[in-house]
Amino acid sequence: MIRITLPRFGRFDAWRHAARDLASGRVPMEDVTWADPDTPPDLFGADPAPPPGDHPVVATQEFLQLARQVAGHSDPERWSLLYGALMRAQGDRRFLSNPADPMLDRLSRMAKSVRRDIHKMHAFVRFHELPPDGPRRAFGAWFEPEHPILEIGTPFFAKRFADMDWLIATPEGTARFDGDAIAYDDPAPRPDLPDDASHGLWQTYFANIFNPARIKTNAMRSEMPKKYWKNLPETRLIPDMLADAPRRVQAMRDAGASDAPAFAPKITARLRQQPDDSIPDTLEQAASQAARCTRCELCHAATQTVWGQGDPTAPLMLVGEAPGDQEDLAGLPFVGPAGQLLHRTMAEAGLAPDRAWLTNAVKHFRFTPRGKRRLHQTPDRDHVDQCRWWLDLERRMVAPRLTVALGATAAFALTGNRKPLTPRRGLVEPARDGGPVLITWHPSLILRLPPDRAPAALSELRADLAQAVRMVA
Amino acid sequence: MAQRTLQDKLAILSDAAKYDASCASSGTTRRDSRSGGIGSAGGTGICHAYTPDGRCISLLKILMTNFCIYDCAYCINRVSSNVERARFSPEEVVRLTLEFYRRNMIEGLFLSSGIIRSPDQTMGDMVRIARMLRIEHGFKGYIHLKTIPDASPDLVAQAGLFADRLSVNVELPQDASLRHLAPEKRPETIRATMADVRLGREAAKDRSHTGKRPPRFAPAGQSTQMIVGADQATDVDILNTSANLYSGYQLKRVYYSAFSPIPDASAMLPLIKPPLMREHRLYQADWLMRFYGFDATEIGSAHPSGNLDLDIDPKLAWALANRAQFPVDVARAPREMLLRVPGFGTKTVGRILTARRNGVLRYADLLRMGAIMSKAQPFVTLPDWTPGALTDSAGLRARFAPPPEQLSLF
Repeated sequence: MIRITLPRFGRFDAWRHAARDLASGRVPMEDVTWADPDTPPDLFGADPAPPPGDHPVVATQEFLQLARQVAGHSDPERWSLLYGALMRAQGDRRFLSNPADPMLDRLSRMAKSVRRDIHKMHAFVRFHELPPDGPRRAFGAWFEPEHPILEIGTPFFAKRFADMDWLIATPEGTARFDGDAIAYDDPAPRPDLPDDASHGLWQTYFANIFNPARIKTNAMRSEMPKKYWKNLPETRLIPDMLADAPRRVQAMRDAGASDAPAFAPKITARLRQQPDDSIPDTLEQAASQAARCTRCELCHAATQTVWGQGDPTAPLMLVGEAPGDQEDLAGLPFVGPAGQLLHRTMAEAGLAPDRAWLTNAVKHFRFTPRGKRRLHQTPDRDHVDQCRWWLDLERRMVAPRLTVALGATAAFALTGNRKPLTPRRGLVEPARDGGPVLITWHPSLILRLPPDRAPAALSELRADLAQAVRMVA
Repeated sequence: MAQRTLQDKLAILSDAAKYDASCASSGTTRRDSRSGGIGSAGGTGICHAYTPDGRCISLLKILMTNFCIYDCAYCINRVSSNVERARFSPEEVVRLTLEFYRRNMIEGLFLSSGIIRSPDQTMGDMVRIARMLRIEHGFKGYIHLKTIPDASPDLVAQAGLFADRLSVNVELPQDASLRHLAPEKRPETIRATMADVRLGREAAKDRSHTGKRPPRFAPAGQSTQMIVGADQATDVDILNTSANLYSGYQLKRVYYSAFSPIPDASAMLPLIKPPLMREHRLYQADWLMRFYGFDATEIGSAHPSGNLDLDIDPKLAWALANRAQFPVDVARAPREMLLRVPGFGTKTVGRILTARRNGVLRYADLLRMGAIMSKAQPFVTLPDWTPGALTDSAGLRARFAPPPEQLSLF
């Protein structure tokens, strides 16, 4: 029987070297025993490791990563298991990527248990401040993990607490950090940690962040298993917190609703001035009223009302359908892809954006959520009818000489005519409130058209915009 | 009034903060203190303790102050409450955060506040605390700032530079209930703030024409919270609102908080027992929407009332209501369908997809790979398992639902 004794620290690398040499000689796993420094010597003595053989030994990154974690497990059989897996992988590596394989399953479970223990170490180590030994502050902790994880668990603390000296003592050994590298040492008796005022504050926090009206002790115990409690200062409070909770809840019930302090109504009255809902006289008043609009249900899902923008004295008004995703987020009309196309086309048609008033027939975004995206939906007739209140106000205040309807929804909102757009495009129709309406495509239609039809529609839009410019010149 | 000690203030201002459910500290940029400063972040979050209410403590969750000029009926800190009031100085918040952090008690700070004087004033003070931590103390841990709705976009933009996560609470699932119970808050400005955060995050991802990356903006994203059980909204209403929020503002999480009785309650709201099971089912449904490809109406329509079944989980409820789609052949079904099998989680489905490329999967294999077969049995076929008439049997729901209990008279 070959006996390999692994050191207390640097164990994994020692195992890796030994396992590589043994595997290169294809030594079967049954012929090797793996020992720790504390393992008693074998009764019948042991053979030393043979010299390396000449078989190649390969291990994937994934296997090494798994092995490194399994090496942190407390099961004395782990080294043998890992060696067995390494030997098996020399012949057939496929089992390492088959979750249904029993050997991989066992190793994965062990690795998972180790990862969890490391995670709990990162969570439940509690430092006490120690008298400093120099300019750096010093802290110490005692922790009892389930597995021998001191070496894989502590680099985390060196990264996190680089500017302080610290010591973590465990039954497995101690780790000490003073700014350079972590030094590991043999186990020492549990250190005496001085009282630390911040632990008192921490208990205050723990007791007060707890809501006595919701008791879910199972959730607490599954995430903070009792085996860790003895080194957590706050857990001492738990029995009293639980015992007192029913009384506190009953006291809340008994007390019932309370009377407000005398100053409260004054503050509330000052904040809750009734908004002015009289018919607005200016565009600004109309915009601020529209921001609170609840005339249709679109306001519940959309972010905000998207009011018009541009020159309120312009002779030309452009009306689109409704804000899209980008417009809804930004609160501004025509900033999304279709809006950018419109702005480019306006520039080509000789129409500066600040020489027109740009708005939409419906002022809230309508959509259906699809995962992380919102899919645009055309507003219904009812939405258009409700929102016409704002469009009419806007038209009265801007008083354009010509209005351009971009697309069918705008054409319907302005003229009341729902007939198909194709024969009407490029023509002037009377608006419901009088005044001429020039009908053209909506830029988003052009974005949706197949490549062979889009250029023609785009040049029609451009020509219509140029005609609008001529009509108000 | 006598001068309060730090301990008194901590007691008052942590008590005031406990109704905020979020405590996540994950998913931010990876960083640590080896290049200076103190702290580290990135990777999975760490919960440093748990209280008996089942909630974790990952962050120091406190209010800067619980003085507040708003009068939100569900909130213990509303202006009309007689709760004890206190206010931390920025230095005190910084000190508490760093001292707790050095003792490995927290991952960082979750700072919220009552609204004092004005939203801008309050938000400005919170940003100042975050700046002190980051700039003066080189703090690399996690910072979550609760954004005050109605604060100016400038301040929100600054907050995003120091904080890992920003959040604004929508508070209630329906606009009408918010207008009723929190008259000073406006749903449209809450959503506009969330839109600003989303746009800020997107802008921070675009490189400039020189290829320079702008500073990170709230790298751990944004989240929000809804109170469940304080208004009449059904679970479908709540889930639809969540779906709108996830799609509109790229939220990392929507938190559901069972409405819980508060000391010094308002007469507008009943002192009910918090609907903890309903909260739990909503979280399960939320997971189904985000990771399992379900949509809100699908989950909600499993029960005609529009509420989730409290006795069985929403995925099982959906499967029972849609038995025509089962049983599923584990060897052939696409990923989307495997995800709909009760008892199969996302990890199990991932393992099944890998394993079935390697060979035939049997009952025992699935059991080993983490599938909860007691739940999956009626819904799957395997080489060594067929559910037969079980899938369509009338008593199937009763197999899973807990036995009926006699109603308590008290």
